Amino acid sequence: MAADGVARSDALASNSAANRRFYKARVPIYPKMVHGRFRQIKWIMMAITLGIYYLVPWLRWDRGPYAPSQAVLVDLAHERFYFFFLEIWPQEVYYITGLLILAAVALFLATSLFGRLWCGYTCPQTVWTDLFILVENIIEGDRSARIRLAAAPLSGGKVAKRVAKHSIWLVIAVLTGGAWVFYFTDAPALAHGLLYGSAPFAVYGAIAVLTFTTYSLGGLMREQVCTFMCPWPRIQGAMTDNEALAVTYRRDRGEPRGPHKKGQSWEGRGACIDCNQCVAACPMGIDIRDGTQLECINCALCIDACDDVMERIGLPAGLIAYDTDANIARRIAGKKARFRFVRPRTVFYAAVMTVVAAIMVFGLATRRTIALDVFRDRNPNFVALSDGSVRNGYTLKLMNRANKPRRFYLSLDGIRASKVDVIGIGNVVLPVRLDVEADKVRMLRVLVTVAPRNLRPGTQDIQFRISDAAHRETHDIAAVFVSGGP
Amino acid sequence: MSNDNKKEVDDVSGTETTGHEWDGIKELNTPLPRWWLGLFYACIVFAIGYWILMPAWPTFGGYTHGLLNHSVRDDVQVAVRALKNARTAKETELAHASLQQIEKNPDLLQFALAEGKASFGDNCAPCHGAGGQGSRGYPNLNDDVWIWGGKLEDIQHTITVGVRSTSPDTRQSQMPSFGRDGILKPAQIDDLTRFVLHLRGHPADATAVKRAAKLFADNCSVCHGTDGKGNRSMGAPDLTVHSGWLYGPRPEDIHDQIWNGHGGVMPTWGGRLSPETIKSLAVYVHSLGGGE
Repeated sequence: MAADGVARSDALASNSAANRRFYKARVPIYPKMVHGRFRQIKWIMMAITLGIYYLVPWLRWDRGPYAPSQAVLVDLAHERFYFFFLEIWPQEVYYITGLLILAAVALFLATSLFGRLWCGYTCPQTVWTDLFILVENIIEGDRSARIRLAAAPLSGGKVAKRVAKHSIWLVIAVLTGGAWVFYFTDAPALAHGLLYGSAPFAVYGAIAVLTFTTYSLGGLMREQVCTFMCPWPRIQGAMTDNEALAVTYRRDRGEPRGPHKKGQSWEGRGACIDCNQCVAACPMGIDIRDGTQLECINCALCIDACDDVMERIGLPAGLIAYDTDANIARRIAGKKARFRFVRPRTVFYAAVMTVVAAIMVFGLATRRTIALDVFRDRNPNFVALSDGSVRNGYTLKLMNRANKPRRFYLSLDGIRASKVDVIGIGNVVLPVRLDVEADKVRMLRVLVTVAPRNLRPGTQDIQFRISDAAHRETHDIAAVFVSGGP
Repeated sequence: MSNDNKKEVDDVSGTETTGHEWDGIKELNTPLPRWWLGLFYACIVFAIGYWILMPAWPTFGGYTHGLLNHSVRDDVQVAVRALKNARTAKETELAHASLQQIEKNPDLLQFALAEGKASFGDNCAPCHGAGGQGSRGYPNLNDDVWIWGGKLEDIQHTITVGVRSTSPDTRQSQMPSFGRDGILKPAQIDDLTRFVLHLRGHPADATAVKRAAKLFADNCSVCHGTDGKGNRSMGAPDLTVHSGWLYGPRPEDIHDQIWNGHGGVMPTWGGRLSPETIKSLAVYVHSLGGGE
């Protein structure tokens, strides 16, 4: 017994010296279920994150008859990315870049302020592993029951439980893979195809891969992903400093630790009664009393475990809490603990986020729905005609980024052309009317001939202009006319 | 130097050291995860399997072929055959359509232009240039100056039979070497040069032009026409054009051509390229901008 009414858990940290071998088989961890504030928060976060993941592909957004009606869609086949009111073309992939930079800096900011929130509450690895452990808990029971089951000889009951657990894990894994593919094509149509076996092979392949990864990483690998595979824990050393919040064992309050008999004084000793409940509850299998470590994902379940014990022995909660190393030092030195959220580091991250967000908002607000690209022929550079005129060839690409067919007018400024030919249409008079289908690019070859009296030696700056029928939007592209000398 | 076999346990991490020490630096002997080791062994097994099944090791005379006898060259042959099959439908359409019909059918036109462009790069670009702009002695196919005619049928015929080629039906023209063969005197050739410049609208010495008028009528107009506008059936160029001079427009170039009478060779493609390919080429060249 660690104290009156509090049993001492025999949980042993999996990375302690006693447990080491040459190559390490995974030491199984049986996290004990806790009830408390942070466990509640984690359930809510799990519901939100899983809800978003599984339900968002089913949201609809009307874009007219020429575009898909799914709210969030990565349309690889047609090279578009749809996000509610946004439609991003491949040329605009810099928006995705901006979004990723924003997400990364937001992550840095959140971590430097409040510690490893991502790892403990929202990382897919944490969420799915938590879910899989919940399933294990429901089927095989809590920690002691699971340890007993693992040690027990093979029996009908044991096999049944194991089969049930792994089957449910596989079902969750398949559903996870299934939800993933719905982001890449219309969800209702694909669901229909999946049920009747008529979906493309690549879809089944993708689901198979994701089933395998979800089952392995969430069910079998679990904490090894964080300890051995993920780079994020290793970056924490650079992301956080001793003023960043982290799940901290307040050793100034807890040490020296040791069992406590009822009636004993609390003088000259710490509040930690060495009950090891924090180690039992930890899904990573570590001892938070060793201090901030790479393996601690800041899930705060040890806080709930310890608070529960503290309540039962009549001591104030918060022996393990979100705190900073700096505060421990402050308290030991007799100074008042405080939280410095405004530091050069956090201000810098916030500033970068603001700038990137502003650039992106500006870019999106000024995004045009028509665009023109001009490529001048370089081979040959120019063609001298029999009457002394000079002709230059241009390849034009007219982009209609709206979801309805549009009528554009093409005109030319900066040079007086005696003849303009559009291959496929013939001789044209500018401005020439060109229709472009919804969400499409139309390519044209344009030949511009200039009479000798209008030629200048060398090159002349000209401008192609494309405007839509109502002249609400225009796009000018500067180009060059080469006359080949005097 | 290392001091051997002094295994100890590091205080901070609880891990054993390897037992060696180099200049006071020691290394921890942290265990590998078993799953990592398992994957590593699996890679080794995969490698051995690959050696057995696929081409893998060089031998003195060749290489090991593997049980599956896979060859990338075979894959390419299969792919080329499949491509030929895929093209057959369009090629047949092309064979049955006339040149004008091809130009009017957008689908067929797109195919013909693509085939023409690819064939042009393979066969014609070495002489006519990648963009068809030509150079001295090789006509510019983009402009509107045609020695043998710029209509679709003319272009098709020129490609098929060639110019001064080995084909019995070849287009044939001969510019005499007036200077080299001593047909005309040097002074006469000088005057003719000025006359040709005058035909083009270039300012030239009036007396020389007057002297050369009779020379031109006697020697040149039989092919180039009395007005110098050329004769396509004889392959005699129009001498009044501003550009498209095959051997150069400068006075020295014209003098050189009258003196030496250059004439290049265009190969005959009739037996080498299929009729459909030649049709595609004709359509492509015609579309470069100067077609008639």
